[in-house]
Amino acid sequence: MVKSNDLILRTMTVLIAFILFGFAVYLLLAGHNAPGGGFIGGLMTAAAILLMYMAYGTTTANKILPINYRILITVGLIIAVGTGVGSFIFGQPFMSQTFDYYHFPLFGELELATALIFDLGVYLTVIGVTMTIVLTISNDRE
Amino acid sequence: MSNLTILPVLIPLIAGIIATLFHKKLTLVRIFSQVSTIISTIVASYVFYYVIQNGTLVLESGDWMAPYGIVLVGDLLSVTLVLTTNIVALAAVFYAPYSLSDEQESFYFYTFYFLLISGVSGAFITGDLFNLFVFFEVLLMASYALIILGGGKVQLRESIKYVLINLFSSMLFVTTIAFLYSVVGTVNMAQIGQRVSEVNQSGILTTIAFLLFFVFGTKAALFPLYYWLPRPYIAPNPVISALFGALLTKVGIYSIFRVFTIIFVHETAITHQFFIWIAAFTLIFGVIGALSTNNIKLIVAYNIIPAVGFMIAGIGIYNETALSGAVYYLVNDMIIKAALFLLVGAIAYLAGTSDLRKMKGLIHHYPMLGWLLFISAFVLAGVPPFSGFIGKLLILQGAIEANEIIITIIGLLVSLLILFSVMRIFIQGFWGEKDAAIVPNKPLARKLMLPVAFLISFSVFLGIGAEWFYPITEEIGNNLMNPELYIKSVLKE
Repeated sequence: MVKSNDLILRTMTVLIAFILFGFAVYLLLAGHNAPGGGFIGGLMTAAAILLMYMAYGTTTANKILPINYRILITVGLIIAVGTGVGSFIFGQPFMSQTFDYYHFPLFGELELATALIFDLGVYLTVIGVTMTIVLTISNDRE
Repeated sequence: MSNLTILPVLIPLIAGIIATLFHKKLTLVRIFSQVSTIISTIVASYVFYYVIQNGTLVLESGDWMAPYGIVLVGDLLSVTLVLTTNIVALAAVFYAPYSLSDEQESFYFYTFYFLLISGVSGAFITGDLFNLFVFFEVLLMASYALIILGGGKVQLRESIKYVLINLFSSMLFVTTIAFLYSVVGTVNMAQIGQRVSEVNQSGILTTIAFLLFFVFGTKAALFPLYYWLPRPYIAPNPVISALFGALLTKVGIYSIFRVFTIIFVHETAITHQFFIWIAAFTLIFGVIGALSTNNIKLIVAYNIIPAVGFMIAGIGIYNETALSGAVYYLVNDMIIKAALFLLVGAIAYLAGTSDLRKMKGLIHHYPMLGWLLFISAFVLAGVPPFSGFIGKLLILQGAIEANEIIITIIGLLVSLLILFSVMRIFIQGFWGEKDAAIVPNKPLARKLMLPVAFLISFSVFLGIGAEWFYPITEEIGNNLMNPELYIKSVLKE
C-alpha cells in the first residue's frame, strides 16, 4: 500500500488552524459589543479542531489534544449554571450579572462582565457537543 | 427570598450535570440521584408551603423588571404541580435500579431523568411564553434520549414517530408565538393577557388561540391528535413510560390551563365551547382504545387519553367548581398514572409477558401486587373514598351548573368503561388457577412494589384527606377564574 502524500494539506492545516483558533477566541471576547459570542466562537473552535482531525487522522489528533469532549460539556454547563447560581451569594435574583473596569498592562482600561464567564460556559459546551457528535459518528466502524 | 422560585428547576439541572461525571459508577450515581431527588422534593415542599403562607412568588431573573426580563412565577397551581412532579420523580428514581439494565443505567439515564424533571418543573413555573417553549424543548430532548435508551428495535421505530410529531408541533409552537408577538408585541404571559383584554380579543387573536390549542393539544394528546401517543409510550422501559405518562401530557394540559385562563378568555362561547366537544370525543375514543387491546401496557397508555379528556372538559366548562375539580384530577392523575405504569411494568416483568390472554392466577404468587392494582383501578375510575372521585365529582358538578348535560353523561359512562378496562387486567391476570410457569421471585417483586405502594398510598391520602386539599384547589380555581390576580402579581401595578 502506498502512503498518500498530503504534505500541502498538513502544512496549510497548521497555519489555518491557528488562524481559526485566534479568530474563534476573538469572536468569544468580542461578543459583548460586536457580532460574536460563545456559540459562534465555540463552533469556530470546533471547526479548527475538526480540520486537524481531517488532516492528521484520529490517532494523531487524539494524541495532540487528549480531551474527553463529553467532560467538556459538563464543565461548560457547570460554568454556565454556576454564573447564574453565583448571584445567590450576593442576594441577587438568579442570573443577575455585574461588571467592572480593570486596568491591564498592555490593553489599557477594559470592561469585564460576568456575562463573559457565562459565554465561556456556552463556548465550552458548544465545542464539547459538536466534537462529541462528529467523533461519535466518525468512529462508528461496527 | 424570591430565588426560591427557581430552585425546583435548578436542583435537578445541577444534579443532572454532576451525574455525568460518574455515570459508569452505578452505586455512586444511584445514591447521588436518590439523595438529590429527596432534596429536590423537600425544597419543592417548602416552596409549596411558602406559597400557601405568603402568596404568589415572582422571580425577575437577572433583576430585570417584569415585562422586559424573564419572570418565573410560582403561583399556587405551579407549585402544586411542581411538588407532584417531584413525588412522581421520587418513586421513579427508587424503581429505576431494579427495572433498568446496568448498561441502560450507565448510559446517562440519570442525567436525562434529571433534565426531564428540570424541564417539566421549568415549564410549570415560567411566566413567559417563549421560555415555556424552551422548557418544552428541554423536556422533549430528554424524552427523546430516554425513549431510545437501550436501542431496541421497537424503540427505534416508535421514537421516529414520537420525534417527528413533536418536532412538528414545536415548529408550529414557534410560528404561533411569532404570530402572537407580531400582534401584541410581547411574550410575557401577564402582559399578553393585559393587552389582549385591552383589544377585547379580535378575530386574529382567536385564530392564534386555536393554533396554540392545536400545539398544546398535540402535546397533551387530545382527540384528533392523540394517534402518536400509545405505542411510543410503551416502547421504553416501564420506569421511563411512567415518567412520560405522568408528566409529559400534563405539561400540555397545564399550558392550556394557563393560556386559556389568563390570555384568551374573552371569546369563551367560541373557544371554551369547542373544548367541551373535543373533551367528549377524547373521552370516548380514548376509552375505546383502552378496551380494544389485550396488551396490559397499552391499556394503561390508552387510559391517559380519557383522563386528559376530563381535564379539558374542566377547562371547557370554565367555572370555578369545574376548574378546581380539573386541578384536583390533574394532580391525582399524575400520581396514579405513574403508579399504574410502574405496576404494569412489574406485572409484565413477573409474568414474563404483557399479553393479557397468556397470564392467569398471579394473585397466588403476588397477592400484594394484585391488591395494589385493585386499589389503583378504583382510584383511576373514581370510586368514592379515593382521590379520583373528588376531581371527577367537581368537574361533573361544574358541568351540571353550566347546563352541559351531554358531557356529564359521557363522563359518567366513560368512568365505568375505564374501571372495566383496568379491572380486566385484574380479573384475567390475577384470578384463576395457579400458573405453574411463573417462578416466584419475591425479593425483586418487593423492591419493585415499594415505590408503587408509596405512590398509591399518597393517592389514597389525597382522597381521604380531601378536607385539606380541597381548599387549595378551590383557591387555584378561584385564581384561574380571576386572571387579573395573576397579571397584578407579575406586573406589580
